[in-house]
Amino acid sequence: MSLDTRPRSAPATGAPAGNTAGRRQRVFWRDLAMGVRFALGGGREGWTRTLLTAVGVGLGVALLLGAASVPELMQRRDDRSVARSAQDQFTGKPVPKSDSTVLQRDVQTDFRDSTVSGRVLRAEGTHPVVPPGVAKLPGDGEMIASPALRDLLDSPDGALLKERFDRYRITGTIADAGLVHPKELYYYAGSDSLTRDQGGHRVAAFGWAQPKEPLDPLLVVLVVLICVVLLTPVIIFIGTAVRFGGERRDRRLAALRLVGADARSVRRIAAGEALCGALLGLAVGGIAFLGVRELFGLVDMWQVSAFPSDVVPVPGLAVTVLLAVPVTSVVVTLISLRAVSIEPLGVVRNTRPRKRRLWWRVVMPLLGLGVLLAAGRVSGEFDPPVYAIGLGATLTLVGLAALLPWLVEASVARLRGGGPVPWQLAVRRLQLSSGTAARAVSGITVAVAGAVALQMLFVAMHDDFNRTTDNAPGRASLVVRADVGDGELAERMIERFRTTKGVEHVIGTVTTYVVKPGRLENADDIRPTTELTVATCENLRELARIGRCEDGDTFVAHSGNKGMNNWVDEAARPGKPVDLNAQSWDEAGHRHVPWTLPADSRVVRTRPDPAGEEHDGIYATPGAVDPAKLTDASTTAMIKVDRGTPDAEEHIRNTAAHVGPFLDVMTLRAVERDKQYATVRTGLQIGAMATMVLIAASMLVSMLEQLRERKKLLAALTAFGTRRSSMAWSVLWQTAVPVVIGLALAIAGGLGLGWVMVRMIRKPVTDWLLFLPLTGAGAVLVAAVTLLSLPPLWRMMRPDGLRTE
Amino acid sequence: MTPAGSLLQADGLRKTYGPTAALDGAAFSIHPGEVVAVMGPSGSGKSTLLHCLAGIVRPDEGSITYDGRELTGLPDAALSALRRSEFGFVFQFGQLVPELTCVENVALPLRLNGARRKEAEATARGWMERLEVDDVTAKRPGEVSGGQGQRVAVARALATSPRVVFADEPTGALDSLNGERVMELLTDAARATNAAVVLVTHETRVAAYSDREIVVRDGRSRDMERAV
Amino acid sequence: MSIGHTLLGLLESGPRHGYDLKRAFDEKFGHDKPLHYGQVYSTMSRLLKNGLVEVDGIEAGGGPERKRYAITEAGVTDVQRWLATPEKPEPYLQSTLYTKVVLALLTDRDAAELLDVQRAEHLRLMRILTDRKRKGDLADQLICDHALFHLEADLRWLELTAARLGRLAQEVRPA
Repeated sequence: MSLDTRPRSAPATGAPAGNTAGRRQRVFWRDLAMGVRFALGGGREGWTRTLLTAVGVGLGVALLLGAASVPELMQRRDDRSVARSAQDQFTGKPVPKSDSTVLQRDVQTDFRDSTVSGRVLRAEGTHPVVPPGVAKLPGDGEMIASPALRDLLDSPDGALLKERFDRYRITGTIADAGLVHPKELYYYAGSDSLTRDQGGHRVAAFGWAQPKEPLDPLLVVLVVLICVVLLTPVIIFIGTAVRFGGERRDRRLAALRLVGADARSVRRIAAGEALCGALLGLAVGGIAFLGVRELFGLVDMWQVSAFPSDVVPVPGLAVTVLLAVPVTSVVVTLISLRAVSIEPLGVVRNTRPRKRRLWWRVVMPLLGLGVLLAAGRVSGEFDPPVYAIGLGATLTLVGLAALLPWLVEASVARLRGGGPVPWQLAVRRLQLSSGTAARAVSGITVAVAGAVALQMLFVAMHDDFNRTTDNAPGRASLVVRADVGDGELAERMIERFRTTKGVEHVIGTVTTYVVKPGRLENADDIRPTTELTVATCENLRELARIGRCEDGDTFVAHSGNKGMNNWVDEAARPGKPVDLNAQSWDEAGHRHVPWTLPADSRVVRTRPDPAGEEHDGIYATPGAVDPAKLTDASTTAMIKVDRGTPDAEEHIRNTAAHVGPFLDVMTLRAVERDKQYATVRTGLQIGAMATMVLIAASMLVSMLEQLRERKKLLAALTAFGTRRSSMAWSVLWQTAVPVVIGLALAIAGGLGLGWVMVRMIRKPVTDWLLFLPLTGAGAVLVAAVTLLSLPPLWRMMRPDGLRTE
Repeated sequence: MTPAGSLLQADGLRKTYGPTAALDGAAFSIHPGEVVAVMGPSGSGKSTLLHCLAGIVRPDEGSITYDGRELTGLPDAALSALRRSEFGFVFQFGQLVPELTCVENVALPLRLNGARRKEAEATARGWMERLEVDDVTAKRPGEVSGGQGQRVAVARALATSPRVVFADEPTGALDSLNGERVMELLTDAARATNAAVVLVTHETRVAAYSDREIVVRDGRSRDMERAV
Repeated sequence: MSIGHTLLGLLESGPRHGYDLKRAFDEKFGHDKPLHYGQVYSTMSRLLKNGLVEVDGIEAGGGPERKRYAITEAGVTDVQRWLATPEKPEPYLQSTLYTKVVLALLTDRDAAELLDVQRAEHLRLMRILTDRKRKGDLADQLICDHALFHLEADLRWLELTAARLGRLAQEVRPA
């Protein structure tokens, strides 16, 4: 600051008559500009403060811009996904064969943690249509891969996968227009063996102008909540960042008052300073956003990658961020100045600030929960009360954040200064000014409460799936299916899989549905239907306790379910005919395949297959039913995997690919769900922890500031023999007390919110202890802030502090 | 050259901060119950001498004996313990913990020494009464006048019944009336408890409360009594 | 202030004529009050009688003003004693103290030492006064305070002089 600016800052009392409005405006801008000058030119100290604010605000802005880009990102991904889909998938109209039509079949295979999707294509004429991103349709044995898949196949890690694709030659690369995201593992392969019988689907054109599809109501609830949970702390953080270095600024402003600036002018100067920090923060945030955006295109973090060009903030939201951040910074500054009066001779902190009023802080979260409870329950059939949910959850979470400062103040006020000295120092410090700590911690409260609630919701949904699939953990298995009833294929599959690495056990069967022929008593009745399983005695023995068996034998298999057994018996009547073709039995043109279930068929009891499922119905050996006669059968290999063999599943998938290109390899569905939910849960926890890191950073900054403020005092304390450890403990307590209170409130609030939301989706709460990892994170946070404060604390406890006079 | 019966004594102290020598062969000695003023122009090294004597700063060279023990070789923890139990400190300002009440501030060294809160505060109250500030026990340092605050600081320095009180410009921030009252109370209390007082000051009227003075000039000390 | 000691001190740097002595004295200490020749001769004859100076030589054809004086061993000791003895603290001491400081500088003695000793003497009195003040009633306190403030003023002057010794030495010593 240069001295010559000071006289000009003096308010022009007794201004000459004239254009006073214009004058006032000039004064206004002059004060703001002076604030900006202080922010930029206040020496090293001023710079540090501005930089801290800018980085803090920048982090927040980058996150906000990222959030604002999500809708556009989803839209563009979706657009490209639709653009490569077959048109009739959306119209439902049958497509006649033509010179440009293409047969396609979606194929998918898993490779370790990732899914590789693709399509097998076969041109039906000379001018085939091509999907976006592909210049020329791949010919027989050719493959066009996405860059990521290509890299994977070329890498040592992808050797096993390469084996799976060894029937194809890579002849090209899919351009960006044909990919949903840059790290997508996707391919197009050409195969002349693809027919409609093999599941080939005729396509006349790719792409479709997508009709507006309503989001899954559950998803809406989740998205609304995630936004509230992740963005509220960011906004709180920005609010905290703007206050960095406030005490020193206040003292500087007091110096300005001494040379004649009036109270209003001082506020404007402070606003200018804050504005400058916020604007720099916008710049920092913008640059960080652009940087991270590029990063997303290069690396695959938590299976999230995106084309930088897709990550574009929605204009409205971006403008909101750009305007809201500076406005917030100014408003926060003005509010923080309300608590002090800056007098020419120094800063007078209003020692008895207005008592925090309790009622609205309690009413807000309760109102939120009330709204949620009143909003009723969501199910798939009707539109969810999105606004009610959003409003309810927001009120609850923001209400918790508002309740925290009161709670911290109230609980700290109750603490007596008893106990050891460090505790006394921390408690007294918090009693004198709990606001700073509480403000920072309220960010944690929102993030943790939200994360707890969302996790409860996810786990409730997840456990639901677990129950239906009855997936016992030790029983990992795969099912390989071909959509043809082929006894010989079944044998071949068993042979091949049995010798595959990591396979413990294989059962091969050919299955189809059979029906009871003849007229039904009532035309609207469901025609009695049961499953026919054709397999060798050896294989059948795995599915039921069949006892004595030789080729040509048949059985009726009953499970433990009496009702189901009765249903089985309606179709499976020993000595009576069944029709082996169950498809469209009652429609004209049905090709009957009559067969009589031998009268000597014994009733046997089923046992669980390697996947844990029980198969009832008719069991037949190939000597009794020729699988070739079956029109709509599928051949299945049920494989029990040795979990101890690394990459066992990958070897099986490779074998499957070699047995036939269109075999479906299904891992248990619940396992996939597991993965998805694990990802979402991990994401949530990472989000909550990232918020904690953000908050920890701001707590650290205020802690360091506080230490620097009391350099002299610390040196004096050292002089009369205060142990370093005493001061360290006091720093620890000072951080820990608000964090513990914040976490306790967050967990209580989160459990409450979670319970209400789980109730909304009509599920029971299955796990009340989900918050434990987050409390662990809270402890780590306290430890980290304390540890990082120690080196400067040690430095300030050196007696050098006594020398500065 | 050790004067018989001296409680704290130093010889040949040297201490440099960067290129400047703050102490360049200073010596010092004090007897129990004695008040010694350390005088000299500002920047002469008198505060550094006090810091060295009190075991806050380690001298580069020289020896300091307290009660027959050599201090220069002691580890930091031992020095801290010594400062906690045997020494008391009064500085010019900024030494009271702003969050603690005055009585808690006075009780602080006692508590650091392991005393229970109730006992420590009872003792603290006694000292505050003696220094005529028992009316501000429940107030925070920010709410009392400079003279009261400094008396609270003196009470704190005396609360542990130290054998040496180090006072670095204890009246520097006070007017003469308040300053003299603080000096009277400090020296009276010190004499009553037979504590030695090392008083760094540049004010002669304050130094007049001492029994003798030593002058520090350019890092070298001069004991005026022995010189005369 | 002792003219005798002052003249003796001036002689320490070498033998001088009476006329030179008067000129040197006037230049360094006389300021507004020059010495009379008579004063110089009466003082010098007293010093001669006490054996503190001796006649170094007389220039031919001159009167009594042509006598050259030199200091004796006893004279040097006398100057030394005088300089080392602090003055009794009393008002308006400056001219004596100033003379002593300048002479110390001129004779390459430790002027700072002189000031320190004087300060110690002042402090001693201040201690006595402070002690009396502490024990006395309000009247005693007020009277003592008056004396203390004067002594403090002197001490400040001593401090300031001590801080400026270097410059003073440059000015009084012949280049």
